[in-house]
Amino acid sequence: MSENEPILRMRGINKSFGPVSVLKGVDFEAHLGEVTALVGDNGAGKSTLVKCIGGTYSIDEGEYLFEGRHVKVHGPRDAAELGIEIVYQDLALCDNLDIVQNMFLGRERVTGARTLDEPSMERAAGETLASLSVRTVKSVRQKVASLSGGQRQTVAIAKAVLWNSKVVILDEPTAALGVAQTAEVLRLVRNLADQGLAVILISHNMNDVLQVSDRIAALYLGQMAALVKRSEVTHTQIVELITAGRSGNLGLPLTTTLSSNGAAA
Amino acid sequence: MSELIDSRADAAPTVTAAVPRTLGETFNNYRSRVRSGEIGSLPAVIGIVLLIVIFSIAQPGFLTLSSFVSILQESAPTITLAMGLVFVLLLGEIDLSAGVVGSTAAAFGAILSVKHGIAWPIAILGAAAFGAIAGTLLGTLRARIGIPSFVVTLAAFISFQGAQILVIGSSSGQVSITDKTLLLLDNGRISPVLGWVYLVIAVVGYAAVKFVQVASRRKQGLANEPTSVLALRIAALAIGGAIFVYFCNVDEALDWQKREGIHIRGVPWVAPIIAVMLVILTFALSKTRYGRHVYAVGGNDEAARRAGIPVRLIRTSVFVICSTMAGFSGLFLASQLNGVNTQEGGGNVLLLAVAAAVIGGTSLMGGRGRVVDAVLGGLALAILQYGMSDLIKGGNASAYQFIITGIVLLLAAAVDALSRHAGRTTS
Repeated sequence: MSENEPILRMRGINKSFGPVSVLKGVDFEAHLGEVTALVGDNGAGKSTLVKCIGGTYSIDEGEYLFEGRHVKVHGPRDAAELGIEIVYQDLALCDNLDIVQNMFLGRERVTGARTLDEPSMERAAGETLASLSVRTVKSVRQKVASLSGGQRQTVAIAKAVLWNSKVVILDEPTAALGVAQTAEVLRLVRNLADQGLAVILISHNMNDVLQVSDRIAALYLGQMAALVKRSEVTHTQIVELITAGRSGNLGLPLTTTLSSNGAAA
Repeated sequence: MSELIDSRADAAPTVTAAVPRTLGETFNNYRSRVRSGEIGSLPAVIGIVLLIVIFSIAQPGFLTLSSFVSILQESAPTITLAMGLVFVLLLGEIDLSAGVVGSTAAAFGAILSVKHGIAWPIAILGAAAFGAIAGTLLGTLRARIGIPSFVVTLAAFISFQGAQILVIGSSSGQVSITDKTLLLLDNGRISPVLGWVYLVIAVVGYAAVKFVQVASRRKQGLANEPTSVLALRIAALAIGGAIFVYFCNVDEALDWQKREGIHIRGVPWVAPIIAVMLVILTFALSKTRYGRHVYAVGGNDEAARRAGIPVRLIRTSVFVICSTMAGFSGLFLASQLNGVNTQEGGGNVLLLAVAAAVIGGTSLMGGRGRVVDAVLGGLALAILQYGMSDLIKGGNASAYQFIITGIVLLLAAAVDALSRHAGRTTS
């Protein structure tokens, strides 16, 4: 995909809660076919930015462009209609339902007689899992309660891509996983981007970020410190961007970091 | 999504539903499901068989046709009430008022019939409508205002006892049913021929539904369960049903009665009525979007909310269904007792129905249960109570019966709790 035209572009986003300014003129973009990692320390504004993209929060100021067009996103439904799906950390799966039922939850297919079209849903769910090269799931009719953490993450991601989505946002998908399961989920994340989706990955784990991302966006105290290509930065530079907002000639100007530190009080 | 698939020539083999291929695999699958905690109604079925064996050995008079039919008829109010309660329990809620609301609704229907001479179908509809309105009130208080269902329905349990007295009229203390149809609801038996006709309809209907399912799965290129299993299911229904109808049709009338043209035979009315309710409610729960959403809200209401499911509407609706079914249950009870008195529907009525649902395999924690659980659990309880009433005699008979019934419920709840542990993964 052309890197000149991001599918999603946020420009000069401001968001405050009462007197607390959480996002201060943030620019962000995501490209089809790429994994964009969104990194930052606790309280840097990662979750707020994602919730603004997903429509949970409305933005106070700034531009929201999707496929080059200005759009207004007032709620999760608007975002879903654009083709933006968010997989939250808690996954939002029903343990008592099976994989197919979870993947189609709230958007069940029905037949002409208004009854559930189970065969069609079962087939589509199986095909989606296959398209993601998922091999760890035994049966699509397994209850989610019987799945491991990695398998649940897989189901949640598969659920997000089932809807012809273009942008998939993953919130800390590997946070609670072991080594093997992390590798499986990261493979899946890479796979999504290779299939042409824009993936936004929120993560605290530098190894994960360096392993799968094409671009890295570092937030520092509500400001975008840097939005750079993965190939242009080192592990040390990213850590510095996260902790200090700047690294060498990258990141926020020295005065800005100082003044924002002062203004935060 | 289809582009995604086409773009990958080396795609992994499609994950399917792991459908068993043979009879043996089907059995093994079932066994491993039971091991992993999905026991369903198995304890109730085992319980029914065990109870019948124990009571038959302990007292030779137990296994007779008349007790068989009596058990069915006596279990009808509990089963109907429990069928409605399953919906409420699926959301992890409770309705303590269902017994009293049901009898108040039945009193309303009985007054319509007795005092106002209104035809029985409208009296029944009146009772059902009364239940539906009461359920809407309860559900709204729970879902919109957010009062815990335990408190809402406890308050309703108390208030509706008063409402029941008002409906019946405080001076009489009782409204006796005179309408023949309403009286036959729980006591009537259908003609032997009609019993066979209903059975044929049930078996053919079941086979047709299964056939359509197989065809539509095949059309999507999905595997079906082996034909032998399908044939066994249909044969089991046909043979079981035939034995049931045959024994119900044996004439229990004495010789002199027969000479005067009196016959005591036929399938009790309650059997086809409950079967129809079972089919309708099971259909709603397992084949419609509504039913899927009920399970979803019961399993994880936050996930349901994010999926765009109208959680509050679903929560309200289950109370409406429960109270409406309670109305039918109250009518069965009124038919059994020939009327409605001011105490009816109180006491243990509701708690026994909850016990029936739980014994049948419905979880009190929400998210797990089926309507058929209510039927199996209700039958198990009715067999237990009927058997004990003959077996345990003496001054303290009812005391022991209460104690044993309580212990049985405790056992069922323990099985539920343990199986939930077994079903949880450790990773």
